[in-house]
Amino acid sequence: MAKFTDDTKRRLDALIARYPTAKAALLPALWVAQEVYGGWLPPEAMQEVADHLGVPASDVAGVATFYTMYNKRPVAHHRIEICQNVACMVNGADELIGYCERKLGIHAGEMTADGTFSVERVECLGACCHAPALMVGSTYYENATEQTVDKLIEELANMPSESVNPPQSQMPEQGEF
Amino acid sequence: MPVEQTQLLYRHRNVPGINRLETYVAHGGYEQFRKAVAMDPEAIIEEVKVSGLRGRGGAGFPTHIKWNAFPKNRDVEHYFIINADEGEPGTAKDRDLMNALPHLLVEGCLCSMVAVRAAKCYIYIRGEYIEPWKSVQKAINDAYAAGFLGKNVLGSGLDFDIYTHLGAGAYECGEESALMSSLMGERGMPRLKPPAAPLPMISGVWKRPSVVNNVETAATIPAILELGGAKYAEIGVGSPRSRGTKLFSISGHVNKPGIYEIVLGTPFSEVLDIAGGVRDGHQLKTYIPGGSSMGFAPPTPLDYPFDYEGIPQNTQTLGLGSGGLMIFDETTDVFKVTHRLVDFYHHESCGKCTPCREGLDWLSKIYARIASGGGREQDIDLIWDICDSIRGKSFCALGEGAIWPVMTSLRLFRHEYLSYIHHGRNTYSDAGQLGA
Repeated sequence: MAKFTDDTKRRLDALIARYPTAKAALLPALWVAQEVYGGWLPPEAMQEVADHLGVPASDVAGVATFYTMYNKRPVAHHRIEICQNVACMVNGADELIGYCERKLGIHAGEMTADGTFSVERVECLGACCHAPALMVGSTYYENATEQTVDKLIEELANMPSESVNPPQSQMPEQGEF
Repeated sequence: MPVEQTQLLYRHRNVPGINRLETYVAHGGYEQFRKAVAMDPEAIIEEVKVSGLRGRGGAGFPTHIKWNAFPKNRDVEHYFIINADEGEPGTAKDRDLMNALPHLLVEGCLCSMVAVRAAKCYIYIRGEYIEPWKSVQKAINDAYAAGFLGKNVLGSGLDFDIYTHLGAGAYECGEESALMSSLMGERGMPRLKPPAAPLPMISGVWKRPSVVNNVETAATIPAILELGGAKYAEIGVGSPRSRGTKLFSISGHVNKPGIYEIVLGTPFSEVLDIAGGVRDGHQLKTYIPGGSSMGFAPPTPLDYPFDYEGIPQNTQTLGLGSGGLMIFDETTDVFKVTHRLVDFYHHESCGKCTPCREGLDWLSKIYARIASGGGREQDIDLIWDICDSIRGKSFCALGEGAIWPVMTSLRLFRHEYLSYIHHGRNTYSDAGQLGA
């Protein structure tokens, strides 16, 4: 079932207009597709992008599977992504990940049974000077502690999901100023 | 007498509202662009040449050489591309710059675009950097509204457009040719390089003249135009080839981790002091001078000029890199830190070249085996052998960057590896020993 509406297609056309070739709009187009398909990219989503951009479906699949932020399976509503790289590691990231795992009763890489939360180990977030850092949706939480996690889990339950609506899909149109 | 730390990029860093156009303009913002747009592009390149500016992204390649390789006309579209795909572990400066000083980046891009005769600029921002992206995009929008972007800007007859482009999570896209692949909608894999292919300045993205510059490099251009290249080149207290200031992200075991603008050539011990020194009650065990790919350095000597040339040869690190300075004290398990980095590079290897793809896969397995108590003494030779098979044998610098922390940690902390192999744990970091 195709999910791209006329509005989706208009958004994709605006993205294509930013580049000399339609193919160059592939990365931003996949962000839009990820939003339309509820936070991940099933094969139909890649096919729709391929059809609209006029790019072979194999190219789209190749790109979608190359980049880690395009999800190839459904994701939790709130993804707690904790940086595990060295600056965070020497400042207690592993302990923080362990705390999250115990609190939610899942292992890193898994989501809770109701699909609300997941805990994920991610690579350097570029927040090395305020380690350890974690990210939920578009927001960074720096110098994170167990209290940060407690508060976050409490608050997120009532907040809209940014994994289902990736902010990356909101690329403004050129000339829209 | 400590070196006087001239602030150029961060001069107005803490002015409230400096991320807004009106505040930025009130502090002299866009004045250098007004000047640049009336200048001969060659004169701008000459100022940059005289300034001695070198790329701030990691490689330290002289900026003017890249710019000078552009065709000296506007017969075809030229592209100016900003590398804001900051991902080198230990590096956080571009994020801060884009969050706090987005107009400085936009003005830097505009000045650079005049120099390379480009009407279009793409700022390639990593997918995780939503806040910096919004900050930069807002600055771009406001610059359009103020007439610094758009058609016939400031009556110059020139058009300028800046677009943001978000990545989607791939360390490799910070490599300039992989970034160009990604910008064109491909997998982020490196492309053929000279001499096997033309320079990107001749045939880059969409086979048009293109250049990729780091965020900080572009943001430095207004300061160079304001001071003049010669005055800029007077800043710097070390090597004659390392001029000006550079942003350093200082992280790890220091009292005041943060991002600091530091005059190149400042003694390393002073740099450490600027970040408050090693955290109280602890001692320096090792450090990584410029992002994880540079490798580990020994805790002595410390009194050397911290710039592109100053890092002592005997540290065997690759150098200043991106300015991601990571400090580790005696509690650090260097084997474990290296293991983490090996897994990082293994995850981020794009898979194009067999030595990097397979070599890192094996390294990752060997480190995991040693960490879980199944290490063998011959593993040390095996690690060396794999490093040797990767070194200089892959297409881009990722493989090289991956093995440098491995080789330097083996040279300096072989006893920690042996401790894991013989005792299944790191007796040195457990006991808080600095090691050999």
